Amino acid sequence: MPEFFQFLVSGLTIGAVYALVALGFTLVYNASDVVNFAQGEFVMLGGMVTVFVHAAGVPLPFAALVAVIVSVVLGLLLYWLAIAPARGASAVSLIIITIGASILLRGAAQIVFDKQFHKLPSFSGDTPVQILGAAVQPQSFWVIGGTAVMVLLLYVFLERTLLGKAVLATSANRFAARLVGINTTTIMALAFGGSAAIGGVAGILITPITLTSYDVGTLLALKGFAAAMLGGMGNPLGAVAGGLLLGLLEAFGAGYISSTYKDAFAFIVILSALFAAPQGLFGRRTIERV
Amino acid sequence: MLAALRHRYGILLVLAIVIAVLPLAFPSSYYFRVASLVWVSAFAAIGLNILMGKAGQVSLGHAGFFGIGAYAVAIGPTHLGVPSLAAALLGCVLSALLAFLVGRPILRLKGHYLAIATLGFGVLVALVITTESRWTGGPDGISVMKLTLFGWRASGSDTWYWITGGLLLAGTWVALNLDDTPTGRAFRALHDSEIAARVTGVNVNRFKLQAFVVAAVYASLAGSALALMNGFVNPDQAGFLHSIELVTMVVLGGLGSVVGSIVGAAVLIMLPQVLTVFQEYENLMLGFIIIVSMIFMREGIVPVLSKFMTGRRA
Repeated sequence: MPEFFQFLVSGLTIGAVYALVALGFTLVYNASDVVNFAQGEFVMLGGMVTVFVHAAGVPLPFAALVAVIVSVVLGLLLYWLAIAPARGASAVSLIIITIGASILLRGAAQIVFDKQFHKLPSFSGDTPVQILGAAVQPQSFWVIGGTAVMVLLLYVFLERTLLGKAVLATSANRFAARLVGINTTTIMALAFGGSAAIGGVAGILITPITLTSYDVGTLLALKGFAAAMLGGMGNPLGAVAGGLLLGLLEAFGAGYISSTYKDAFAFIVILSALFAAPQGLFGRRTIERV
Repeated sequence: MLAALRHRYGILLVLAIVIAVLPLAFPSSYYFRVASLVWVSAFAAIGLNILMGKAGQVSLGHAGFFGIGAYAVAIGPTHLGVPSLAAALLGCVLSALLAFLVGRPILRLKGHYLAIATLGFGVLVALVITTESRWTGGPDGISVMKLTLFGWRASGSDTWYWITGGLLLAGTWVALNLDDTPTGRAFRALHDSEIAARVTGVNVNRFKLQAFVVAAVYASLAGSALALMNGFVNPDQAGFLHSIELVTMVVLGGLGSVVGSIVGAAVLIMLPQVLTVFQEYENLMLGFIIIVSMIFMREGIVPVLSKFMTGRRA
């Protein structure tokens, strides 16, 4: 039983990060129909920028703030320089553009920073907390708590503010949103900036546990994408559920079945889920219009 | 020459001439090698283009089949005592079988769901190759026995230039012929409108599956050829980035255009060779070029150019 709880906690921790990446995907996808494969690079940037700014002598909270700002600026640049000029391109072309952007960001990170692995100090020490026989890293609480706060903030923003409602309106029907006077271009830029911020925060939270390097973004993007799919593309709550589920599957799969195939579980489950429910777990059934 | 590219045999003739004449301009064996790489990648891209450009289905995991072909010729001769060519054939059969089994449920999906499913499939193949190190040598890769035919060993970049060039010609010929068969017409109907195709009596699922299997066999053959040429394989050849590279070749060259796939492959293979001057900046430049070309040449290089040429003449 203690090991069950151990797996549960580590699954929820890594699942929280997948959830944040998936949430970023969903935000951008809803506002602009773009599947942003560069989402994982913001997680990398969050971690790397914090590490290097912190190493330059800036206190951790400020370094983290700088990292989030850098992520947001790059997210906005991605939208203005690469996505906006390609308006009207096919879905595959847009996917290739974002993959190009992720290769570019990775290439830039490898020049600006380096190719080493880097670690951040844990936010509140490294003494494990004993819960139900499992040793839990204090950083896990930061990751899970931080994710919960982000999800709550996003919820409040979307449901309780005028700007948030404009985002929802844009994702429901872009044309209708424009008709009622919403500047959908601004909303899309906002979505890219917001998802970059979410990715950056995820990177900052997880780096003390998993380390970071210039190339951690790809696998995170793949798994975040998978989580978003699992939850039904475009559904924010589904994205969070999908992320947590994916993390748990990975942790239990690695713990009870095979740790060498840890990364495989995610994809096996996604394939089976898609075969059984082609619209995702929480996706709505869509009827095609002829 | 450009007018010739409008006819099926014209394309084949021009391609054959290019393959035959190009070596005259090669100052060193390094050029033979780069050109062979282009031919092999173009071969795989042409196959993928049948799936993407003709049948209108995307695959983000196609390098998985490439990897199966590559590892078939690596494992066959050393572990199982199967001759290289037979192993390549075995790789094709295995890829086709796998594509057939996986394709059935995968191709029912649409859009982004199809993208993630194929992507997941590709990642799984790469993971198996990386993990089963007893057979595959793990992340470090494994060396491949040279191709031997009746006592003659295929080695040297110029030899492989002609082998891969011949392979590309054959692959181009098959892909071009496909256009004028009932299957090719069904593919195009599928691409334009799946529903309309279904209504006119096209068995949509069967033709999608056919395109998937054909594309898988192309990729597998290309993988085998590359592995035999290099005498070495590693899991990167089955990896996600290689899948993306293949898709980029197809889209960059032009969806549905056979010539486009060759041009796309040439651009994507030669760029890094040119960019090695910048070394550190290779990824940065590659990403930049992908973005810029997708923004400014959305339909792909060959369709844009041909439109430009015909537009000027009119």
